[in-house]
Amino acid sequence: MEQLKGGDEISYLITLACSIVIILIVVLLVGELWYNSQPAIKKFGFSFLTGTTWDPNGDVFGALPFLYGTVVTSIFALVLSVPLGVGAAIFLAEMAAPKLSNALTFLIELLAAVPSVIYGLLGIFVLVPILRKYVAPPLAMTHLPIFSGTFYGFSLLAAGLVLTIMVVPFIVSVSREVLLAVPVEQREASLAVGATKWETTWQVVLPNASTGILGSIFLALARALGETMAVTMVVGNTPTISTSLFSPGYSIAAAIANQFAEASGQLFIASLIFLGLVLFGLTIVINAVARILIIMTAQRGM
Amino acid sequence: MVMQISRSRKITNNVMLTLSGLCALLVVMVLFFILGYLLWNGATSLNWDFFTKLPKPIGETGGGMANAIVGSGKILLLATLIGVPLGFLAGVFLAEYSGRTFAFLLRYTVDLLNGVPSIVIGIVAYALVVKPMNGYSTLAGGVALGIMMIPIAVRTTEEFLRAIPNSLREGAMALGATKSKAIFTVVVPAAISGLTSGMMLNLARVAGETAPLLFTALGNMFWSPGWLHPSASLPVMIYNYATAPEDSLHAQAWAAGFVLLALVLGINVTARMIIARGPASARR
Repeated sequence: MEQLKGGDEISYLITLACSIVIILIVVLLVGELWYNSQPAIKKFGFSFLTGTTWDPNGDVFGALPFLYGTVVTSIFALVLSVPLGVGAAIFLAEMAAPKLSNALTFLIELLAAVPSVIYGLLGIFVLVPILRKYVAPPLAMTHLPIFSGTFYGFSLLAAGLVLTIMVVPFIVSVSREVLLAVPVEQREASLAVGATKWETTWQVVLPNASTGILGSIFLALARALGETMAVTMVVGNTPTISTSLFSPGYSIAAAIANQFAEASGQLFIASLIFLGLVLFGLTIVINAVARILIIMTAQRGM
Repeated sequence: MVMQISRSRKITNNVMLTLSGLCALLVVMVLFFILGYLLWNGATSLNWDFFTKLPKPIGETGGGMANAIVGSGKILLLATLIGVPLGFLAGVFLAEYSGRTFAFLLRYTVDLLNGVPSIVIGIVAYALVVKPMNGYSTLAGGVALGIMMIPIAVRTTEEFLRAIPNSLREGAMALGATKSKAIFTVVVPAAISGLTSGMMLNLARVAGETAPLLFTALGNMFWSPGWLHPSASLPVMIYNYATAPEDSLHAQAWAAGFVLLALVLGINVTARMIIARGPASARR
């Protein structure tokens, strides 16, 4: 501190002040969510999370249908996007020539930059009609409970598929970095004792990178849980709990997006903000897990 | 003794490697599909009126989104004015001044903020700006997106400043510059191309955000005067028009989608080219 002189104090103080302002903004963010959801927290407490009725006119608010829709669509998205994303990452890190790999990674990163409202637009006018015409009929033939009932298009299935496409780029780019961080010697040693390229990847490289890949999956999960527009546009916005992916659903983020601007009554608004607080808590925990996992691999890999 | 690789192992090898290639192909094809579809549907719905006229009342065809384009511009300008200076200066602090404990705290907070879903940021901007001022406004939308820009602004600045070799700082200080002079006249200029492109990527990221604007800037079918009235924006227009029942509005939504995507990807490609061509010191 004693080396600071001749304008140094000023620049030190200004940059310090900005840093403190940012910390205050985050504190304020949590505080506002907490404070503004108090009426709902006091009235419903934990039963808010287990209640199945969402009735603004009767002032009864239960978040379970939204929670259910959020979790189901996100998990569904992971089930499809993890194999796809990790597969693509293996190709980019292990097989493709560096030039091709960089070019493809560039394109995949552009895919991550596409705004979610554009995915929603394509979801409504491209994905939903395709699902209705070509995908739902054969799925219904399987007679599985998750593909039962009438398919109208706007559904948990459509939302899950849009989320799949949206989170794949994140899984690919993080997993690729993690795979590239595995030392070359590991691969060479495995190949030298006679393993094939695939056996090397599957039995040597992947186990080494597994923690980091798990981190990328959690990162993708946090994305999917908090994603608003694309889900709102295709999920059907009906607060029901159904085991069938064909049925319309609702998500926490979609409920806030659809109802907030029109919400009247203190308890209604407080309940929506409580939903926001729940979503915030959920994504914070999952992001933290993701970060810990990625840091763990980084330390081991270096 | 020569060991033969068994047939089944060879087949597994080839099949699995091909599958991984197909995964990569599939993911990249999605991008081309999106680009192609928007180009086909969007560009054909696009005309000069789109950029110069106001939206027509429901039921009438024609009209444009001039107010939404200007509205988006105003919101993004405000967001940049809020998020970039705050994030940049905090990034400078993190890279040049901060001690370990405070740096850990700040980095942790910034990561936390980066993970907050955009719809939640919307709620907070509503509570901080809309509620006290008793009305939806361009200002509230700008605040929401500005808060969203902070995390990337901090991390980009820290990363690019750290990439500048210490010899530059030492050289400047050996010539008698104070520490702040060294930072702002030597270190920051050396990292400027990286910083600029980082901030461009940051802007592109929030330019497409819709959720935080739904109940901050709201929407407007007319010009929004000043900064304290509800304002239209391109992403919210796309959402409203895409979910509306009229076909003429769908065509407008495609046109707006095309313009927004062209803008976002255009900024992205430009920024990445600047990073790739920048001086070696600014490269990661």
